[in-house]
Amino acid sequence: MPIRTEPVTVNIGPQHPSTHGVLRLRVTFDGEVIVDVEPIFGYLHRGSEKLAEERNYVQVLTLTDRLDYVASMTNNQAYCLAVEKLMGVEVPLRGQYLRVLAAELQRVASHLVAVGFLLQDLGALATPLMYCFRFREKILDLFEMLCGARITVSYMRPGGVFADAPPDFWPALDVLLAEASELVAELEQLLMQNEIVLIRTKNVGVLPLETAIAHSVSGPVLKASGLAWDWRKMDPYDVYDRVRFDVPVGDRGDNYDRLRVRIEEVKQSLGIVSQCVEQIEPGPARAELPFVLRPPAGAEAYGRVEAPKGELGFYLVSDGSIAPYRCKIRSPSLINLTVLRELLIGWKLADMIVTLGSIDINMGEVDR
Amino acid sequence: MTRAFQGQELAGFLRQGFPDAVTGWAGDCLWIDAPRLLDVARFLKDEPSLAFNFLSSVSAVDYIDHFELVYHLTSMTHNHSAVLKTRVYTRDDPSVPSVVAVWPGADFQEREVWDLMGVAFEGHPNLKRIMLWDGFPGHPHRKDFEDVVSY
Amino acid sequence: MGPFLRDNVVFREVYCWLGGSESNAGLCGGADGLLPAGFEWAAYFAAGFAIILILVNGALLGAAAFVWAERRLLARFQSRRGPNRWGPWGVLQPIADLLKLLIKEDIIPHAADRVAFTLVPIIMLMALLLSLAVLPFAKSAYLVNLNIGVLYIVAVSSITTIAIFMAGWSSANKYAMFGAMRGVAMLISYEIPLVLSLVGVVLIAGSMSLVSVVEAQTIPFIIVQPLGALIFMLGISAELNRTPFDILEAESEIIAGYHTEYSGIKFALIQAAEMAGVLAASGFLATLFLGGWSGPFLSGQLGALWFLAKLGFFVFLFIWIRATFPRLRIDQIMAFAWKFLLPLALINIAVTAVQVYFFGFYQAEVPGEITRGELLIMAAINIPLALVSIAAFGRVTREKIRVPAPRFEGLAPIPRTAEVD
Repeated sequence: MPIRTEPVTVNIGPQHPSTHGVLRLRVTFDGEVIVDVEPIFGYLHRGSEKLAEERNYVQVLTLTDRLDYVASMTNNQAYCLAVEKLMGVEVPLRGQYLRVLAAELQRVASHLVAVGFLLQDLGALATPLMYCFRFREKILDLFEMLCGARITVSYMRPGGVFADAPPDFWPALDVLLAEASELVAELEQLLMQNEIVLIRTKNVGVLPLETAIAHSVSGPVLKASGLAWDWRKMDPYDVYDRVRFDVPVGDRGDNYDRLRVRIEEVKQSLGIVSQCVEQIEPGPARAELPFVLRPPAGAEAYGRVEAPKGELGFYLVSDGSIAPYRCKIRSPSLINLTVLRELLIGWKLADMIVTLGSIDINMGEVDR
Repeated sequence: MTRAFQGQELAGFLRQGFPDAVTGWAGDCLWIDAPRLLDVARFLKDEPSLAFNFLSSVSAVDYIDHFELVYHLTSMTHNHSAVLKTRVYTRDDPSVPSVVAVWPGADFQEREVWDLMGVAFEGHPNLKRIMLWDGFPGHPHRKDFEDVVSY
Repeated sequence: MGPFLRDNVVFREVYCWLGGSESNAGLCGGADGLLPAGFEWAAYFAAGFAIILILVNGALLGAAAFVWAERRLLARFQSRRGPNRWGPWGVLQPIADLLKLLIKEDIIPHAADRVAFTLVPIIMLMALLLSLAVLPFAKSAYLVNLNIGVLYIVAVSSITTIAIFMAGWSSANKYAMFGAMRGVAMLISYEIPLVLSLVGVVLIAGSMSLVSVVEAQTIPFIIVQPLGALIFMLGISAELNRTPFDILEAESEIIAGYHTEYSGIKFALIQAAEMAGVLAASGFLATLFLGGWSGPFLSGQLGALWFLAKLGFFVFLFIWIRATFPRLRIDQIMAFAWKFLLPLALINIAVTAVQVYFFGFYQAEVPGEITRGELLIMAAINIPLALVSIAAFGRVTREKIRVPAPRFEGLAPIPRTAEVD
């Protein structure tokens, strides 16, 4: 008698330990193997784009903090770039340096969270996560010195940054940079040479480059697939054309490459931070702008940055009033998930969790 | 540095194959006749000197008398970008062709536009609400949307 | 009187204190007990009850102590502090946890099979307590000295597999079912290398009784049987569902696996069985491979302390592994059992059998007796052999284990449809 099998449909999420928030995946399994997967969003939808239409240009900034809440600095930066394009404002050099510095520290923090949770998804209890968080905590302490907040920073403003860094920020930053390379080396040694990590991530969840580009995938996921496409290099904003850094690239596009690209980016970002510390010069940190911004009617701008998760863009349309007429957010997390179906079908349940972790999504940004 | 294509420049490329598709240009924007969108999109992706292979973002703006759809395109081979726009002049059942066949990355973004702005995409493989639940009344990003759900 | 119980110190003391009389002068030396003559049966039950009380409470208290130790140690591994509010160094934390679980609502899902669902925690705890019966905690401090002790612990510990499948099936939960299916596949596979790894020990000791195994260890068997110890350690951590083999309760994948639906006291009992299981496993490892209660000096008097020290060493090892290893995928776990552990176990058996025949029978004056010097010679052969065979098999099977799951091509993807639910 043949054994009768039938596919099982399981709702992974919205409450699940490793969907990174309230993502829900409707997965059809044949045994352990994924036959079909459909992501379902909206459990954290707050209507940020609609809310932005009710606030003035500076107030919208606080909404951007709450998109990707582990990388608020880069959200601020993308929004400020868009507003500055809209207004035609030039940011003072010191302000640009402070922005790059803060954004790169934020990239380190965000990648540490990504790496830590990926290892958590691999089942390594919380040990790697705690090692990553220990380092991230120091970065958040620096943010607290900069602007008084750790997560929802609102540090950057259209025209520069909210305030210049306090005098005791620089010694603290030097201390962090001094011990950072050691911490990263330790992390790399612990993670990248672990046999179980290798066999669980290598050749798993392979994303070919053509598929990645066609599905508008950006950020570390795209780099891991083999294209050195980084908006910091390709379309430099702020002072990224004044600092030297490499864009790490993977060669297979598997989970291991995505993990490795993030750890390499952490190193590069720390390099950018030290270059900023060397190059920064005294001066104003913020351009003189009116308290309430009124961009010209009919103006529109698309400001984008290389956020830790990918290309983050703000498309702003002005009608001449104090509030944006339309504020569209191009969120990398949501668009990177487009490729999920191609990545997951045919793999096992355990691989699904790891692949999802390696894409590194943030539900605040997916649902907005 | 990413080179931003001027609308006029891009219109020159389209003049031979699609003489009637271009409806206007201003700055770095190019307006396309809505029914011809898919053909133009395919041309922009396949033409080797343009090669717009990366669709950054699909946005929709409600200008009361019309909806404007904005496509931010990037070429990862030549590192240049363009902004493609198209307009729909109806408020009930507005619809434009879907570009998912050209850029699969438009999938979720077009669903989001449909969900929040109410512009349908013909030929989309799975056009249904993405952020809100099925049966939600109206499309909240429209300027005339009124919240009917009482909390 | 049962033949097994008379060896037990606690039993004998309680029995003679209560019911000593002329009829059992052989056991108690003729002293009169508290109860009048003719009531020996009451003394028998009281004494039996006393050791059961000690054993059960000891196991559960041990589980509580283990919970505390694990949480504190894990915290140290993760550069945290761990529980430190209740009692000195937070030692009362497990009691607080237990009280919390006791007053929680005991939920049985509507669709669950109530009988099977309720039986699971009982069976799991029972299997664990049964396995403790043969464990010698010190010289003549054991419940029974079964002459098939090694076989008994393997048999009893595999009852857990049934309980896990019952839990997964009766919960009517898909995650639980995933966990149960994974669990059955994995546990049955790991039983085989686990049993085979013990054959070497049994061959050398010439007995399946755990007491005889301890007495036979003139030097610890971990030196004579390094391969066996390694395989048993790996196999038992798979049996205990601990990382890197914790796929049946993989938190990041299937929530809590087979016990997803359990709450309140049932959950507490399952946890207690698991935690005490680690203690029991460490106890077996200490007994079988580290010489149990025998130590370098004062084995008779300090036997329990030696035993506890060895048990603590293995407990620490288990916690260390849990803190540092990620999880394997199910096909990799199965490949590890069948392609790596099983051949190694077979090599171990073959080599040990030849050695035991040579030293114990071929050239021995007393058949079956292996002297300390001969054990050392065996160790000198077995340790390099273990290293070589692990390296060789590791290289051969690494590529087989590394191969990723093949992309699934059999079933066409289900077309995207509207929301079903």
